[in-house]
Amino acid sequence: MTTETAQPGISATGEPAKMQELSVWGALQANMRDYGLLLALILIMLFFQYFTNGVLFKPVNLTNIILQNSYIIVMALGMLLVIVAGHIDLSVGSVSGFIGALAAMLMVGWDYPPELAFLANPFVAGAICLVVGAVVGAAQGYLIAYHKIPSFIVTLAGMLIFKGLSLAILSGKSVGPFPAEFQLLSAGFIPDVIGPTTLVAASEGVQGLALHTTTMVLAIVGVVAMVFFAIRGRARRKARGYESEPFGLFVAKNLVIAALVLFFAYMLASYKGLPNVLVVMALLIALFVFVTKRMTFGRRIYALGGNLKAAALSGIKTERMTFYVFAIMGALAALAGMIYAARLNSATPKAGQGLELDVIAAVFIGGASALGGVGQVAGAVIGAFIMGVMNNGMSIMGVNIDWQQMIKGVVLLAAVFFDLYNKNRSA
Amino acid sequence: MTNTILEMRGITKTFPGVKALSDVNLDVREAEIHAIVGENGAGKSTLMKVLSGVYPSGSYDGQIIYKGEEQHFKSISDSEHKGIVIIHQELALVPLLSIAENIFLGNEQAKGGVIDWDETRDGARKLLGMVGLTEDPDTLVTNIGVGKQQLVEIAKALSKSVQLLILDEPTASLSEKDSAALLDLLMEFRKQGITSILISHKLNEVSKVADRITVIRDGRSIETLTKENISEDRIITLMVGRSLDDRYPARVPKIGEVVFEVKDWSVYHQQHRDRQVIKNIGINIRKGEVVGIAGLMGSGRTEFAMSVFGKSYGQRITGDVYLHGSKIDTSTVEKAVAHGIAYATEDRKTYGLNLIDHIKHNTTIANLRGVSKVGVIDDLGEMDVANEYRKKTNIRSSSVYQVTGNLSGGNQQKVVLSKWLFANPDVLILDEPTRGIDVGAKYEIYTIINQLAAQGKAILVISSEMPELLGITDRLYVMNEGRIVGEMPTSEASQEQIMRSIVRAEGKAS
Repeated sequence: MTTETAQPGISATGEPAKMQELSVWGALQANMRDYGLLLALILIMLFFQYFTNGVLFKPVNLTNIILQNSYIIVMALGMLLVIVAGHIDLSVGSVSGFIGALAAMLMVGWDYPPELAFLANPFVAGAICLVVGAVVGAAQGYLIAYHKIPSFIVTLAGMLIFKGLSLAILSGKSVGPFPAEFQLLSAGFIPDVIGPTTLVAASEGVQGLALHTTTMVLAIVGVVAMVFFAIRGRARRKARGYESEPFGLFVAKNLVIAALVLFFAYMLASYKGLPNVLVVMALLIALFVFVTKRMTFGRRIYALGGNLKAAALSGIKTERMTFYVFAIMGALAALAGMIYAARLNSATPKAGQGLELDVIAAVFIGGASALGGVGQVAGAVIGAFIMGVMNNGMSIMGVNIDWQQMIKGVVLLAAVFFDLYNKNRSA
Repeated sequence: MTNTILEMRGITKTFPGVKALSDVNLDVREAEIHAIVGENGAGKSTLMKVLSGVYPSGSYDGQIIYKGEEQHFKSISDSEHKGIVIIHQELALVPLLSIAENIFLGNEQAKGGVIDWDETRDGARKLLGMVGLTEDPDTLVTNIGVGKQQLVEIAKALSKSVQLLILDEPTASLSEKDSAALLDLLMEFRKQGITSILISHKLNEVSKVADRITVIRDGRSIETLTKENISEDRIITLMVGRSLDDRYPARVPKIGEVVFEVKDWSVYHQQHRDRQVIKNIGINIRKGEVVGIAGLMGSGRTEFAMSVFGKSYGQRITGDVYLHGSKIDTSTVEKAVAHGIAYATEDRKTYGLNLIDHIKHNTTIANLRGVSKVGVIDDLGEMDVANEYRKKTNIRSSSVYQVTGNLSGGNQQKVVLSKWLFANPDVLILDEPTRGIDVGAKYEIYTIINQLAAQGKAILVISSEMPELLGITDRLYVMNEGRIVGEMPTSEASQEQIMRSIVRAEGKAS
């Protein structure tokens, strides 16, 4: 997942670095954080697989985990940018609830004169919601970036305001159900254009096993593309004489990731295939990885989070960047609000409340620094899944909600503690 | 009189992969000023951290014998208990507390947790008197200058009945006058029997006050010189391990037409609307010329440079900037950079570098366009650039992936230079380019400046070190209290002449 290679220790003598392959152990240590997080997720999954007597890995449950956490992950992407920029957004839960309410009122709540009836169209309403979300984020971002009001305060106020606004526009009631097209956002699966592949025919006493072929084909195409780009990238580095991770590690890493992707694709394919929302999520994750790792926009956010004054004196328009970051966060909160509403098939005044805490926790578990300048998209996504799998697993085990909360709190604390411990030791 | 108060024997300290100190020996006698000099990254600060317990006993090898007993300090409070107090380069004062509160911070004059304010103020006043400060103890620390803050730190040390005072680069950010006062104070302490360890880059200061000097190089103690055989050249030779015939590389200036000109420039203070800090200044720089601005601390040099560079300082800015004869707009940093102007800050940690990120990202951040297409960064192209500039400016690091916060001051400064060189400016403003860095790195930076001038760039150097300005510039402006009070070709300038310009201007002003 990381494109950066390992960084060896500080040289006391100041010898210029030799272009060479790093040792396996050195490379592992350098990327400990990335591997460790993924490993933690896998261990947690295996733990619950055992203690839920195999329920966790059932195709239907894996699908559920994705559906249950999709809106957290969508918001975690935006929150990562916010936190890397050195800010915080406490309003995202309320904003997502407000947008869910707005979507419901646009599509089924309000009566329109005939010439405005198009507003109830799910696609038009969805677009309006995204724009409203971006505007809400931009408004908060404007106050934070240009008027220098601390983001904690602006978004705390936003949280209260939008909580109130959702109540107001819903008049305190639940509004639903949504049109079928809108529900597809959360409840739908991609169509199997190729047709199912039957592995085991259903017969008396034997449960049939048919695979969603399109899902498998997409997964295989994805894996091949990933391996292709990884090999090409490695070859290009080599050609220019730059060090890269040891070949064995490179192969092992790609094999493990490919195996994981194919395994989960297989699980999903043996249920109903790829959920629509996973496709949306995957595209967004890929986009955000690209933006943070390869685009100047992302680089500038890390720079201003790392040292605001130095970034400003390097010609970065720090205010404008901060403004954009909050606008993006707003649009993602809107999308998450719609996913949430579509999943419940109704908008409720309580929707979205407290979600901001899950989102922020996911980003911090994923290794972002509260001081800004540090954090990875992949980390935030894995962090969100760690929280999601724990929620799911503990619910299946029948752990009480009070214990669930406490355990999640401890996990958050432990993750950050481990992070700082590692950092101090290497410093 | 020659009792040894402190002996450090065979100190070896390793960090993962690095030997920061190896077999360092140091002995300090009672009531002497013992200077420790060495290049940046030589291990001076590490040694002092070992001594003061920042690195607890057990995390290093070797012995510390203080007052005849072997010590195992586990923390700073252990060493302070024994009268060893370290004053770091970055002052550890709380700006929004008063002088008295700062002096007794952690050591409050209190009974049962209730502070006795009368005793606090009286005690503070007494201690301030000992360091020669007449400030009201209730003044907030933020309202006094850096020089006085340094003295407050020393007063704080005295309150802990200090016997061994360690000062890490105490005069790095002080004016000449404040530095002299501080050094006088150290000599006064010596009379009273307080031992001082002085870490400094300023060899003239060291040779003035130190009784003995220990030179450290590459984590080893090289030699301890006594007063009789201290000479600057000898110290430099020991520090760098080679002899520097000349501290300033030679160059033949090739000066062309005027490239950059600022006319009638006025700036008001960032916070105080009515205080004019820059008063109708005009300067110009020619192609291939290195121009210096001399002046005391607080004369407005940095404020002038930053206000020209994208209005980064001040308000109510008026005046015009000309590049190649035509007026340009430098009202934002981005516009200034686009016109080919670069400003390398005097405070690289606060304004120059993203310390948590590595060299590669810091090198390209001011010119991301140069390594990207439509907003997408060419990863390998960026690697090429970072490696090229690392080599050009001779940054000593394991690779371009080393985090800049872990580099020594000189290497950090080279990263700042790399960043601006990659932005390819026509006009380069260097604010205190060699502050707090060692002789060897200074030489390298001068060499870079010469190369840039040879390429036809116009360079403005702001510096508090007059020998440096005299050594590397072609022409000098002298600045005092927001005005240009003198201009002279460097060939006709001398330290005395610069000081005369300043003093004459002050005479006129009063």
